Amino acid sequence: MTAVRFDHVSRHFGDVKAVDGVDLDIAEGEFFAMLGPSGSGKTTCLRLIAGFERPTAGDIRIFGAPVADLPPYKRQVNTVFQDYALFPHLNVIDNVAYGLMIAGQPRRARHAAAEAALEMVRLGGYGRRKPSELSGGQRQRVALARALVNKPRVLLLDEPLGALDLKLREQMQEELKGLQRQLGITFVFVTHDQGEALSMADRVAVFNQGRIEQVGTPEDIYFRPDVPFVADFVGSSNVLPAEIVARLTGTACPAAIRPEHLRLAADGPLKARVTGLSFLGLTTRVSVEAEGNRFTALLPQEAPRPEPGDELALTWAPENLHLMARDA
Amino acid sequence: MTIADPRAALPRTDSAATRVSDVLWRRPTLLLVLLLTPPVLWLGIIYLGSLFALLLQSFFSIDHFTGLINYEFTLRTYAELFTPTNFDIILRTVTMAACATLASAIIAFPIAYYAARFARGRWRAVFYIGVMMPLWSSYLVKIYAWKLILAKEGILTWALEKLHLLWLLEAYLSLPVVGGNSLSVSPTGTFIVFVYVWMPFMILPIQAALERVPASMLEASGDLGARPGQTFRHVLLPLALPGVVAGSIFTFSLTLGDYIIPQIIGTSRLFIGQAVYQHQGIAGNIPLAAAFAVVPIVIMGIYLTIARRMGAFDAL
Amino acid sequence: MHSDRAPLSLKLAAGAGLLFLHLPILLIFVYAFTTEEKSFAWPPPGLTLKWFAVTWNRPDVWEALQLSVKVAAISTVIAMILGTLCAAAVSRTRFFGRETISLLVILPIALPGVVTGIALRSAFSLAEIPFSTWTIVLGHATFCVVIVYNNAVARFRRTSGSLIEASMDLGANMFQTLRYVILPNIGTALVVGGMLAFALSFDEVIVTTFTAGQQATLPIWMLEELVRPRERPVTNVVAMVVVLVTLLPILGAYYLTRGTDTVAGQGK
Repeated sequence: MTAVRFDHVSRHFGDVKAVDGVDLDIAEGEFFAMLGPSGSGKTTCLRLIAGFERPTAGDIRIFGAPVADLPPYKRQVNTVFQDYALFPHLNVIDNVAYGLMIAGQPRRARHAAAEAALEMVRLGGYGRRKPSELSGGQRQRVALARALVNKPRVLLLDEPLGALDLKLREQMQEELKGLQRQLGITFVFVTHDQGEALSMADRVAVFNQGRIEQVGTPEDIYFRPDVPFVADFVGSSNVLPAEIVARLTGTACPAAIRPEHLRLAADGPLKARVTGLSFLGLTTRVSVEAEGNRFTALLPQEAPRPEPGDELALTWAPENLHLMARDA
Repeated sequence: MTIADPRAALPRTDSAATRVSDVLWRRPTLLLVLLLTPPVLWLGIIYLGSLFALLLQSFFSIDHFTGLINYEFTLRTYAELFTPTNFDIILRTVTMAACATLASAIIAFPIAYYAARFARGRWRAVFYIGVMMPLWSSYLVKIYAWKLILAKEGILTWALEKLHLLWLLEAYLSLPVVGGNSLSVSPTGTFIVFVYVWMPFMILPIQAALERVPASMLEASGDLGARPGQTFRHVLLPLALPGVVAGSIFTFSLTLGDYIIPQIIGTSRLFIGQAVYQHQGIAGNIPLAAAFAVVPIVIMGIYLTIARRMGAFDAL
Repeated sequence: MHSDRAPLSLKLAAGAGLLFLHLPILLIFVYAFTTEEKSFAWPPPGLTLKWFAVTWNRPDVWEALQLSVKVAAISTVIAMILGTLCAAAVSRTRFFGRETISLLVILPIALPGVVTGIALRSAFSLAEIPFSTWTIVLGHATFCVVIVYNNAVARFRRTSGSLIEASMDLGANMFQTLRYVILPNIGTALVVGGMLAFALSFDEVIVTTFTAGQQATLPIWMLEELVRPRERPVTNVVAMVVVLVTLLPILGAYYLTRGTDTVAGQGK
């Protein structure tokens, strides 16, 4: 069943087209990531699902039901906010129990449920504290518990790991993934970090300037980008312009090739000059310039090391050159 | 999907509050209009309406023989502002406002500077309360206190007598322009009270401006070889200037419009506020009173334009 | 910043400035106990509590106090409602004319009181409205709005906008959100704004002289005593009481805003 469906949804703010004609299907039970640079419309899409924004045009359905006239408090959707948005005047347990309090659950029952939710995020016993007494990671878990305790059918997460440091981030990524598998709830996750999107999501939608450039599995997005933007943004792939590709393969469309698939040879069809080197441990990153384009190659340790200024050629195995037929 | 939805189990009938809430969510503009209507109606009708009525009256004139208002558009009333007597009043008020503002800045600066740069912990609270209390103390009581101090038999005369400096006061009072019978009926007295009453309004903006100067900037100046005096003059003072200008908006405007201080402590020479009061009250010349009231509005308009150019609004 | 110490000259200048601000007010406290009746003689020839009793039995003082409290209370309530509504509208949404609204709110206090006063007075006479408690309230509430507004706007600005969204996301409608999230978070700011508005109204004299007609608020009563003194010792006692009464809300406001970046009383 489809959990969330966008049919030609737009959200314009005056002249700014924050979301511009987006079609989207998010399946039930899926871990779905919306990836894109800031201002690409991914957060607005999330807010459209939550009901904080209303579409200028198009139709949004949650589990088949149109939600155009449904305010946030009537949607079976809960949100984990980027700044967590914990209520500063309530302690942790009352924060978590807030939704249940509004739903009219008696105090004892809602506190028991809230305590269970806190235990699920490994914060059992923290109920009496105020949000201001918690660390960033702990606040994040409280926000998660506060959303999950309402048993939403879709959980929306707006850059939930953005404010955490790297180590905590990696740990939370695994925990979130585990929770999602355990609860079976649809997770919709907004991030600008491609690593995060690729490692956690079942499917990823890549946003750019209010539109979705590509939707697919992490492997699709990473190895088989549809358009140069995705190739560049997601995998920092090299993008070969259409005229070079046309000359080399006969097909006039841009193509992507991953840095680790590029090799340097003494001679070949694409002449290149080495402009810089940096040693990364297992690999060496080589910057080259060819016909006015910059490319990056990652050379394995055992490969011969070129020198800056060397005149060489770029080569690759044909199967690693990914043609992007849908030009942007 | 088997997760029970607590909301799904609830009865689907909405309360009235929820239904109203739904409508407001669907129409955010309606919510905005509902929020804004009462204050805009109040301020727009009562306040702007009155101001507009006032402005209108200043374009009428009074018939000096019958004492009746002539409801015909004329600029004659404004021309009256430039008769020697009336222009004198305006000039006197503006001069006083300028002097009081300058003196306020000079007295307020050390307090603001100390509070911003050196006061820590408990002293900070002491400074803060020390400024807030006089600022919020009753306006009339403050004037009254100075009447007690400046009176002929008051504490100042007594203190000078004890110090055998009474001759100094007498010499000062015999001076033209600033002197008078006693301090409480001299322009100097008016000036002191103006400074006293409005000076606290100068402290907070200066303090706010100084607090925004990072300490590292002052250290950088010292590092580059500036002596403390030079740092003060070339770094701190220019950076504090928007604060001073912001504070001066208050002191200047408040002095310009005040009519009670010169009435209680000072000479019989009028200030703008007194002129407004007398023309509308005793003389019944509302058009002239209105025209006089427009003067501080115009002066403040010019003043605010200049202040805005100097970036004083960021320091408010 | 911690390392350097203030030069002595600065300490002296700052100290002298603060003394200049406080000594005259302290003087009032001494004069309230003086036995001298006719003049402002210093030092007081003797000290007495007699004038407190005399003042206590003065009906005109009580009437003035009563009117002042009544006007201040009504004006505060009106200012709190209007100021909060305005602050909520301005801080929640960006809309055309936002700046104009802010200006409109600030104008009554930015322009000299005498302008506001005479404007209201001429409007009353044009509309043939007789002077009453309500004409005073009309003026006071108008310039008190800005005090509440400033406090509420500052608090709204520091309150994360996503709190309201979070509440609605968790199932609360707008009224429940108002009750359980918005009011608890801006409550102290409103109380502070209300206290300061009360203090401002309680002390106001310039606009009041134009809108009161024959009625006397406490400041009007004092003004008359200053212009045409009748019984100086009673004025002394009233002055002292007024100082004490105005300071209570200020200290209360300070206590409530301690440790936050809102400065109580800014924008008086």
